[in-house]
Amino acid sequence: MSRILVFVEHTAGEAERLSLEALVLAGSLTAATGGAVEAILVGPGAAEAGIGLGVHGVRTAHVVADDRLGSYAPAAWAAAIAELIEARSPVAVIAGGSDRGNEVLAHVAARTGRPMAANVVDVSVGDPWRLTRQRWAGSLLEDAQFDADVHLLTVAPHVIPVDESAVGPVGAPAIAISPYAPTVRDRDLVGRVTGREAPDVGAISLAEAKVVVGGGRGVGSAEAFATLEELAGLLGGAVGGSRVVTSAGWRPHSDQIGQTGLRIAPDLYVACGISGAIQHIVGCKAAKRILAINTDPDSPIMGVADYAVIGDLHQVVPAITAEIRRRAAGRPPRPTMEVTRSTPPGREPG
Amino acid sequence: MEILVCVKRVPATGGRIVLTPDGQEIDTRYLGFTVSPHEECAVEEAVRIVEAQGGSSAVLTLGPVATEEQLRDAMAVGIDRAILLETDGREFDPVATAAAIVETIRAQEATHGPFDLLLFGNEAADTGDFQVGIRVAVALDRPIVTGIKSLTVLDGTIVARREAPGGGWETYELPLPAVVSVKEGLNLPRYPSVPGRLRAKRKEIERFAPAWSQAGPLKLGLRLPEEQGAQVEILGRGPNAAPAVVDLLVRIGVLAS
Ligand SMILES: Cc1cc2nc3c(=O)[nH]c(=O)nc-3n(C[C@H](O)[C@H](O)[C@H](O)COP(=O)(O)OP(=O)(O)OC[C@H]3O[C@@H](n4cnc5c(N)ncnc54)[C@H](O)[C@@H]3O)c2cc1C
Ligand SMILES: Nc1ncnc2c1ncn2[C@@H]1O[C@H](COP(=O)(O)O)[C@@H](O)[C@H]1O
Repeated sequence: MSRILVFVEHTAGEAERLSLEALVLAGSLTAATGGAVEAILVGPGAAEAGIGLGVHGVRTAHVVADDRLGSYAPAAWAAAIAELIEARSPVAVIAGGSDRGNEVLAHVAARTGRPMAANVVDVSVGDPWRLTRQRWAGSLLEDAQFDADVHLLTVAPHVIPVDESAVGPVGAPAIAISPYAPTVRDRDLVGRVTGREAPDVGAISLAEAKVVVGGGRGVGSAEAFATLEELAGLLGGAVGGSRVVTSAGWRPHSDQIGQTGLRIAPDLYVACGISGAIQHIVGCKAAKRILAINTDPDSPIMGVADYAVIGDLHQVVPAITAEIRRRAAGRPPRPTMEVTRSTPPGREPG
Repeated sequence: MEILVCVKRVPATGGRIVLTPDGQEIDTRYLGFTVSPHEECAVEEAVRIVEAQGGSSAVLTLGPVATEEQLRDAMAVGIDRAILLETDGREFDPVATAAAIVETIRAQEATHGPFDLLLFGNEAADTGDFQVGIRVAVALDRPIVTGIKSLTVLDGTIVARREAPGGGWETYELPLPAVVSVKEGLNLPRYPSVPGRLRAKRKEIERFAPAWSQAGPLKLGLRLPEEQGAQVEILGRGPNAAPAVVDLLVRIGVLAS
């Protein structure tokens, strides 16, 4: 029997979305090979979250009952999983592609001396297994051979669809909750969370905003972001930017969108003076629509944008905000010819 | 404080990736090279800690001989010395990479004394394996914390903060010696100065040649993801396009009509 173990992260008694994606992959593999999906959950609320996994194809949930593991401690959590590998002999252990999923599984791999494949999008079971995984944050795919007695994988975020209708414990098939007390070494508890700070409340967060106005090198200065702020304000959105603007100190790094910044998925992303480097695009391609404002009609952003205005953002963005205000006030259109004549388009920022 | 930073040379791809005809590599003929922004922050942090507290810093990389460029970049912003684990150009998987780094750290510590802190990027820019730092820490039996965006070095301990799942921050406190993998945002790296570049150019680089081995995953080939094929609709040129943009905003429901 080819059993698969899935490390399930949870908050407030509910499994995290990325863990559900890992369960979907595990389910598709056991459907092909026969065998069962078993979950492992650690920390407060684990049993409650475990019960809800029946609808996601889990028959057994191993729930780690040890107060010392209540606070996140990746090495100790991994030790618990390593012990469970010994006890249950799974063909694979799968985790979601979250910070913690990747971290805990890498610890399992390191301490058990096995290879691990991160950010997998597809697996075909055979001898050996073949898989496809993401490189460059998903801008490139790698096909690989993966030969191991226990296959350790994390699943690339937001690639595998989860059946939302399966969410919720109503009518869930019976699931066995198996409390489990691992051996815990003090050394494995050295790296653990000892304090927390709540998120800032108030401002519209970039990660959640429905509209994001992004600025790149074309914006030219920290001060020039004022016009982008104004547009974002009128649209109830937030301002972000490319790495060029965070490296220059025009915006804080928390505003950076891309491979080494935030991934956003707004209804509209307005990319102003951004060329569309692949490392930026991986952060915004989940937007429903992209509107590019750029002086260069051949810039790579045109290959991913749905709409574009060719022109100088220092003229175009203020003209958009003026037009929004004009319509809100019910005024007739203002002739724009003079504006174009006084500042020729294509001008580089001063 | 004795600090070692590990960096990896990667191509600086721009608007799109082009593969070699055999699909095994990125075509780098027209590209420059760099390291991950996470690793740039690790380098900057090492330099700052040594500036503030004394000690010395070293940078280590495993890669082809051309990777000297990234070592010199790190020395140009203030890293004291550099170690190159030279490969014949074949890709080392994360197991082999970690093993070579561990072996080198053991040899370095035998001659130079122990490192208090080993710094890594959270993940490499190209392969994104999310594991080399953890493998090194486990092999050396040192505590590790990953994904760090703020680091304070106290006497014999460090306090590190990273983003918590669901927002906010979580804190870790580790005794030294320790391993830390960092994310961009930890600091704002400086640019190298001209004297810094000249000094870096003259420095010796220690060289070793680790044996290639393979544990997996074994790369068979690379592919570009399928294009989403968006056809861009040009709404207009210059400020005259504003009414068309506002019409669009209303049409897609982000602005009330
Ligand atoms: C490993 C790695 C990770 C990276 N991670 C990230 C990341 O997370 N996020 C990120 O953004 N980048 C990241 N980068 C950097 C990325 O490769 C690009 O260098 C960066 O995104 C370029 O920023 P930009 O588009 O603002 O600047 P540029 O590429 O210089 O583009 C500026 C654009 O502005 C246009 N423009 C100029 N003036 C005007 C004007 N007045 N009006 C309108 N348009 C104008 C130009 O035509 C051009 O298209 C990463 C790079 C690497 C190697
Ligand atoms: N070839 C290499 N040489 C030096 N350091 C490396 C190498 N590969 C990975 N690393 C380090 O390990 C980190 C994590 O890499 P990875 O596990 O491959 O995603 C990187 O950010 C580097 O700090």
